[in-house]
Amino acid sequence: MSEPAPQSARRPGLALQAPRTQSAITSPTRISLRQINAFYGPKQALFDVNLEIPDNAVTAFIGASGCGKSTLLRCLNRMNDTIPGARVEGQILMDGVDVNGAEIDPVSVRSRIGMVFQKPSPFPMSIYDNVAYGPRTHKLTKSKADLDELVERSLRRAALWEEAKDRLDKSGLGLSGGQQQRLCIARALAVSPAVILMDEPCSALDPVATAHIEQLIEDLRKHTCIVIVTHSMAQAARISQITAFFNMGQLIETAPTDQLFTAPKVEQTQDYITGRFG
Amino acid sequence: METTAAKSLIGTRKPHLGDTTFHISLYVAGAIVVVVLASILLIMFLGGRQAFETFGVGFIWSTEWNAVTSIYGALPAITGTLITALLAICIAWPIGFGIAFFLTEICPRALRAPLGIAIELLAAIPSIVYGMWGFFVLAPFMAETVQPWLTEVFAWIPPLGDSFFWFSAPPLGVGLMTASLVLAVMILPFIAATTRDVMLSTPQLLKDGAYAMGATRWETLTGVVIPAVRGSLFGAVFLGLGRALGETMAVVFVIGNATRMPDSLYAPSASIASVVANNFPEAETGSIQLAALLGLGFILFVVSFGVLALARLLLRQERMA
Repeated sequence: MSEPAPQSARRPGLALQAPRTQSAITSPTRISLRQINAFYGPKQALFDVNLEIPDNAVTAFIGASGCGKSTLLRCLNRMNDTIPGARVEGQILMDGVDVNGAEIDPVSVRSRIGMVFQKPSPFPMSIYDNVAYGPRTHKLTKSKADLDELVERSLRRAALWEEAKDRLDKSGLGLSGGQQQRLCIARALAVSPAVILMDEPCSALDPVATAHIEQLIEDLRKHTCIVIVTHSMAQAARISQITAFFNMGQLIETAPTDQLFTAPKVEQTQDYITGRFG
Repeated sequence: METTAAKSLIGTRKPHLGDTTFHISLYVAGAIVVVVLASILLIMFLGGRQAFETFGVGFIWSTEWNAVTSIYGALPAITGTLITALLAICIAWPIGFGIAFFLTEICPRALRAPLGIAIELLAAIPSIVYGMWGFFVLAPFMAETVQPWLTEVFAWIPPLGDSFFWFSAPPLGVGLMTASLVLAVMILPFIAATTRDVMLSTPQLLKDGAYAMGATRWETLTGVVIPAVRGSLFGAVFLGLGRALGETMAVVFVIGNATRMPDSLYAPSASIASVVANNFPEAETGSIQLAALLGLGFILFVVSFGVLALARLLLRQERMA
C-alpha cells in the first residue's frame, strides 16, 4: 500500500513497445476454478472450465465475442448473481474457500474483489465520494482523517492524484474518459482488494489513456492478483503473464503469455492469434 | 456530352412544392399550440380583471366568499386546493415509489408486464368514476371507520393556531381528507409509471459498479441509483402534483363544497376547480361573480403552469447531466 505514486511513469509510447519477455511464474495460485459450468437460462455459456489463476500476476482472458470470457470473469465475484436466470456450477476456490458456495454471501465476496468495467462507471458524485464509497459502505475507516488518507493513497496508486487533488469535491463525471477509468480503479483499490477483475478496461479509451492504464496494471500486479478480459491480443501480450484462450464457452488453452503467443500448443489458438479465425 | 449529363442530374435551386407545403403546415401546427395557450391565458385574465380590480390583493387573501353580498375572496379555495393536492402527494409519493421500485428491482419477471398494465389501467379510469367511488364507498367508510379511529389516536395533537383542529372534528366523510385520498389514488399511477420509467433508464453499468463494490441491493438503490436520478424523481412527483391541483370532477363529489376556511382535516371545503364547476352555471354574464370565477381560473392556471414548468425543468436537468 505504500509504494510511491506511479504517476511519473507515463509513457504514451508504451503501448507500442514490443512484448516484454516473461519469466516463468513462480507466485502461488490465488484462485482455482474447478469444473465451472455457467448458464443463462437454458443457454450454456461455459463448459467445464478448469483454471489456476496465480497471485501477483496478470492473467488475461482472450477469445472472440461471446466465447464466455466475460461470463467467467463475472463468476469470480458472483456478479452473475445479479442477472436473472443466470446459474453457475462448480467450485471457485479463493484462499481455500469456495466463493461459489451456496452458503457464501455474494456481497461479502464482491467487497473483497475489485472490478473495473469496459465503460468507465463513476458514480454521479464527487471524486472524493467515489473513492470513499467502498470504505464508507464497509466501514473500513474510523475517522475522517483516515478516510482522507485512504482516498489520497488510492488516487495516488491509480495515478490520478496529481490531476484530481484540486477538484476532489467536483463530480467524477467531469473527468475525461481515461481519468474516469482511473477513478474507477482508485475506487476499487480503496477497499484493498485481494483480486482485481478488469473487463476490457481500455476498449473505450484512446491509446494515451490506454498506456496509462496498462502502466498502472503493471504496477498493481506486484501486490495483487489481476484478471483482465481483453479483445486486444497485443494488450494481452504486453501486460499479462498468463493468457487463457476461450472459444465457444470452452477454455482451449492456457499458458504463460510469451509461450501462448509464440508457440501455442493447440491449433485453434494458433488460428486465433494469427487471425485465421472467424 | 458530359456537361449536359451533369447539368440534368444536379440542376439549379428551385422550390420543391411538397417540401414547402409540409414546412409551412408544420409551422402552423406549432403555432396553434402557442396561440391557444396565450389566448386562454389572456381570456382568463381579461375575464377576471374586474375581480382583481374590485377586490385588489384581497381577492387572493380574503377568506370570505359570499354570493349573496357579492364579496369574493379566493383564499378558502386556494387553501383547499393546496391542502388536498399536497396531502395527496404525501400519500401517493411513497406508495408510487414503492410500486416503481418493486416493479424494477424485486418483482418476478413474469409479473412485471401485468402489474405495469394494471397501473396504466388505474390511470385510464375516468375521474367521474373516481368521484362516484369516493362519494358512495370511500366517504361513508371514512366517516364510520377511519375518521373516528384517527380522532381517537391523534386527538392529543394541539390545534394549529386557534382555528385548525387537525383530527378533532365531527367525522363527516366528505371533506379535505377524503378528497385528498381520492386524489392520491388518481395520481398514484402517474407517479408510479414515471418513476418506473426513470428507474428503468438508469444505466445497468451504474448498478453493476455499485454491486461490484460489495454494495447490497438497498445500498445500491439508496446510495447510487436514487442520487443519480434525483431530479427526475422530483419531476415525477411534480407531474402528479400538477394533476392533483387541477382535478375537478372527482373533487366536486367528495370535498363537501363549502367555500370557507377549513377548521380541520375532516372539514368540508372547496378547491379552485370545484368552486368554478359548482358556480359557473349560475354566474350571469358580466357579473362580478363570473369575473371572480374567471379570476380563480387564472390563478389555478398560473399555479399549475408553474408546477409543470418546474417538473419539466427537473426532468430536463437530469437528461443533460
